[in-house]
Parts: sequence; C-alpha cells; structure tokens
Amino acid sequence: MAIVPNPHGTTGFLGWIDDRFPLTKMWRDHVSEYFAPKNFNFWYFFGSLAMLVLANQLITGIFLTMHYKPSALEAFGSVEYIMRDVPWGWLIRYMHSTGASAFFVVVYLHMFRGLLYGSYRKPRELVWIFGMMIFLALMAEAFMGYVLPWGNMSYWGAQVIISLFGAIPGIGPDLVQWIRGDYLISDATLNRFFALHVIAVPLVLVGLVVAHLMALHEVGSNNPDGVDIKKNKDENGIPKDGIPFHPYYTVKDIMGVVGFAIIFCSVLFFAPEMGGYFLEKPNFTPANPLVTPPHIAPVWYFTPFYSVLRAITYPLFGIDAKFWGVIGMGASVVIIAFLPWLDRSPVKSIRYKGPIFKAALAIFVVAFVVLGYMGFEPATPVNTRIAQVASVIYFAFFLLMPWYTKIDKTKPVPERVTMDH
Amino acid sequence: MKKLLTAVLLSASVVTGAFAAGGPSVPMADANIDADNKASLQRGARLYANYCLGCHGLKFQRYNRMGDDLGMDDELVKEHLMFTTNKVAETMDIAMPEREAATWFGQTPPDLSLITREKGIDYLYTYLTTFYVDESKETGVNNYAFPNASMPWVMWKLEGWKKPIYKEVDDHGKTVTKIVGYEQITEGEMSPEEFKSAMLDLTNFLHYVGEPIKQERVAIGLKVIAYLLLLFILSIFLKREFWKDVH
Repeated sequence: MAIVPNPHGTTGFLGWIDDRFPLTKMWRDHVSEYFAPKNFNFWYFFGSLAMLVLANQLITGIFLTMHYKPSALEAFGSVEYIMRDVPWGWLIRYMHSTGASAFFVVVYLHMFRGLLYGSYRKPRELVWIFGMMIFLALMAEAFMGYVLPWGNMSYWGAQVIISLFGAIPGIGPDLVQWIRGDYLISDATLNRFFALHVIAVPLVLVGLVVAHLMALHEVGSNNPDGVDIKKNKDENGIPKDGIPFHPYYTVKDIMGVVGFAIIFCSVLFFAPEMGGYFLEKPNFTPANPLVTPPHIAPVWYFTPFYSVLRAITYPLFGIDAKFWGVIGMGASVVIIAFLPWLDRSPVKSIRYKGPIFKAALAIFVVAFVVLGYMGFEPATPVNTRIAQVASVIYFAFFLLMPWYTKIDKTKPVPERVTMDH
Repeated sequence: MKKLLTAVLLSASVVTGAFAAGGPSVPMADANIDADNKASLQRGARLYANYCLGCHGLKFQRYNRMGDDLGMDDELVKEHLMFTTNKVAETMDIAMPEREAATWFGQTPPDLSLITREKGIDYLYTYLTTFYVDESKETGVNNYAFPNASMPWVMWKLEGWKKPIYKEVDDHGKTVTKIVGYEQITEGEMSPEEFKSAMLDLTNFLHYVGEPIKQERVAIGLKVIAYLLLLFILSIFLKREFWKDVH
C-alpha cells in the first residue's frame, strides 16, 4: 500500500506541513482518534505517569550534568555543590533522586496492572516484551546512576553488584575487570558509568518506550474486563466501547498527574531521604575503598531480586553457589517476560478468573514484598530460609501458571465492557 | 478481590516501612533541636568556630551563606567566627594539613559538613554529651556513643570531667557491665544543664550545615502542596465535565 500524503486533506499552513510530514495523521492515529476502552480504572494511570517520570528524569538529568563532575576526586563534592551553591540545584537534584524511586513505584504498579487484567495476553505479547526490556534498561540505568554521587554506598554497592559477574565460570574475573575498566572500582568505572547513564541507556530507554507505545497502538489497549472492544464497532468502524484518547484520557491523566505530583512533592519537599530508603545514610560520606559500610543493602527497588540472589546457597555441578544466585536473580527478572505464554486461562482479566489465580496472585504479592524486605536485612540463617521459601513461591507462581490457570474455574466474560459506578 | 489486593499491598508496605534500615547498637539520647531557633544556631556556630573548626572542617559550608541563613551580617561573621581566612565567601576549611593531622591523631579528623545526614542528630548529640574519663586511653577520655574515639575532649573546660557509673545488667541471659549514668568529678564553666543545652545548640548548627536549604525547602513544599491540592480539585471538575457524556 502506497503512503498517501495528507490523508486528512488539511489546508493552509497545516496542509503545507501535512503534505510533507504526517503531523495530523500522527496526532489523530495516536491521540485524538486513538480509541481507548472507556472503562479504564485507577490502575491505568501508571502508564502515563511512567512517561511523566521519564521526562522528569531526562530533564532534571540534563541540568544535573551541567554542574556534576564525573571524576572520583570531584564527584562527591560536585553533588554537594549542586545541593548548596547552584541556585535551585537542590530542587533539581531531589527531583532526580526522588524520581528514580518514583519511576520504580510507578513501573511496578504498571506491571501489576498487567498481571491483574492479563494485558500481556495475545495480541499484546510484544507490548509486554518491550515493557520488560524497558524494565531491564531501567534497572541498569538506576544502578549506574546510583554510583555517580560517589558516596560510600555508591562505591560498595557497585563493588557488590559488579563482583557478581565474577561468579561466571571461566570468563568471570576478566569480565569484571572489563566492566570496571580497572583492577578495582575507580575513576575509570565512575567515568564510564556516567557515559552509560547519561546517554547510552537513556537512548535505548526512549527508543524502547516508542516501540512499547507503537506496539500498543497497533493492537489497542486492553481494559479491566479483558474484553476486546474491536469486536463491537459502530457504522463508522469506531469501537462502541472506545473513546478518543484526547480529550477523555488526557483530562483524566491530568487528574492522575496532579494526584501523583502531590505524593511526589510530599516526598521531595518533606522527606527526600525517605528515612534512608531513597537516599541511604552511608552515601553522605565520600566513597572510601578502605572503609566498608557496616551493612550494604541495595536501594529498595532492587531488594526483591537481590534476595533471590542471596537465597541460593547451594553449589551445583561443581560451580559456586554465587553463580547460581546470579542465574536465579537473572531468571527472576526474565521469567516475567514469559507471562504471555505461561498464562493459559481462557479469560484475561482477574475479574473473570477463578479463585486459584486470585489466591496465587495474592500469595505472589506477599512473597515479592517479603523478598523486598529481606533484601534490606542481614543474611542470618533464619532470614535466608525465609528468603528461600519466598523465592520458591515467586518462581512457582510463574512455573505452575500453565497448570493452575487451566484447571481454574473462570466466570463468563461479558460481551461489552462494564463501568464502575 | 480488588479491595483485598489493595489491602494486601498496603499492609505489606506498612509492615516493611515499620522497620528502619539499620540502627545504632547503643541507645541514643533524643536530640530535641529547634531548627528555626536562630539564637540557638548562632550559639552553635560560635561553639563550632571556637572548639571544633581547628580540626574539623565544613568544606561545603560558606561563611557568608551561614551568616545569611543564621541572621548575622558579614561583619559579625568576620569578627566572631572567622579565624582561618578573611574572605567571607570562602568555605569553612581547616588550616591543618590533612596528612600531618593523620600522623598526629591516627586519622585525619573527618569533615563534618554532612555528619548529621550520615549519622543522625541523636548520635551526634549523644557523642557530644558522653565523653568520660578513661585513664587507659592516650587522650585520657573515652566515649559512650563512639567507643575508643581518638578525639581528645576539647570542651572539658566548659563541661568539667565526669566518670561513668557502671551497673551489672542482664542482657539476653548474660551479665554485662553497662554505663547507666555519669558522676561529675570536676566542675566546668557550665552547669551540666547549661552544657547539655550548649551541645544541643551545636547539634542544631551541624544539622543546619548538613542541609542549609532544609527549612526553606519545607516552607516551599507547603506552598507547592497547597497549590497542587487546589489544582487537583480543578482537575477533578475538568475531568467530570468532559466525561459527562460517557456512560
């Protein structure tokens, strides 16, 4: 099919542009004539909020680079310079540091929405996979960003995480040295993490977000009923249960944005450290290779996966337990990407799924939170055992899903979407 | 089900929130500071300049910024608080070379710009009020909050000397000797109450230095939240207006 320039036949200045660039077409396809189901609920705010936080991170990040110095000698001091001597630098910095945690809050809730309503099911497998790639890129971005202030937790956190690669048999030690660019975490490591954090990963992140949205708009949005709204169209070919994204969801998302901003700003202005969870206390002292913080814990958004890593304490096939821990941690993230093929339920949404799935999801959430909490705690024998049980539940939720979603007793799905009133 | 899930999520987050990350192993005194009390902050600044700044720098804190924030003009700052420089826009550095300091004290006395953000005000206040006589130490003193600290007790003139009162207590089935209080051996220039209040001033000052923008940040935050609440109400009405015809 040939591309028709200016399919909407606009005239004047806009027509001049549309003859040369699909401005009106893009606006209509993706915004004013993108028909979204009318029954989105609370959980559907988090997609647009993730975009908002991404924009926040990009913009505040650009301004931070104007005074930040990516060198082991100057990094810590330059952050304090931003906090004290750069006019409104403290605001930009706190927006960025609070934004990092907010990003994960929003993305975790966004992913949970997918779990609730089966948003990963056919034909949205690629939407889900692009989303998982975004999640991976986000974890890499957050990890490298945390190293940049060059506080003592930055240093030792990087030390712990990078050394994990050393557990890979054969190439491990060389790989670790290659990542660090030195024999230890040093100026070279900091400088390359800066390069990756401010340009390489953000570029990938933005590209993946575009792919995520393009895939979504190609197949259309799912909804809390898991009903395909394209099955019921009116005489103009518009889904009867669809409403144009603009103005309906733009005004609704504005409401979501302001509501989110209230919570975000409450943290930013009144508790930017969030009791040591968003900005950890040992990071207020400069990186010191000779002084290990008494207790190294990753930032809260990594703790569930870190717990899985520590939970694996058995060597296997003559390879160190640490290696299997790394494999387990990687698997705990990657397995989420396989949901579209693990879920065999005849229905998408939890509203029509049976009691087994509901119970499984509830137990999974508890296990995930327990893993998250255990990631902060020292690995005592009792804690390790708890983390092991939670890890087994975590993986069981996914691996047993093909079986329990098939035998579960589902309810009939309505023809049309239902509205909460 | 939706409500149940939300409840699970919320209760789980409350449970994790209830446990603070890490914590001191010894009980700390409660540093009940008033960060808006300029007089207290000024007294703290004077104590710092006279007793601490010789060894412990505040390399991120500028003299004139401190003057502005604490309600002192440049002349006052120059006259009473500046001993190592005459440029009021400079940071509060020490004159002592770091390497020699390490030789003299075993380690370079740390910069204290961020001490309250790293260790907390309760720790700092406890540290400042729990120096006691210990003849086994080179400096003749020891500290309850930071055992075997290498810092000599520079404020002995103000506080006088005190020795600890030990008591045998039961700790998980084991009998351990713990410090339960102090006994004043020699009088200082200040009474114990005056001294504690002075150390609160000093803690207050270092709390200010940890994040000079803090009080203003909270004040701005209140306005931002008030504005956002208003905007939130408007955005709800806007949404309702547009959604009137969606059924």
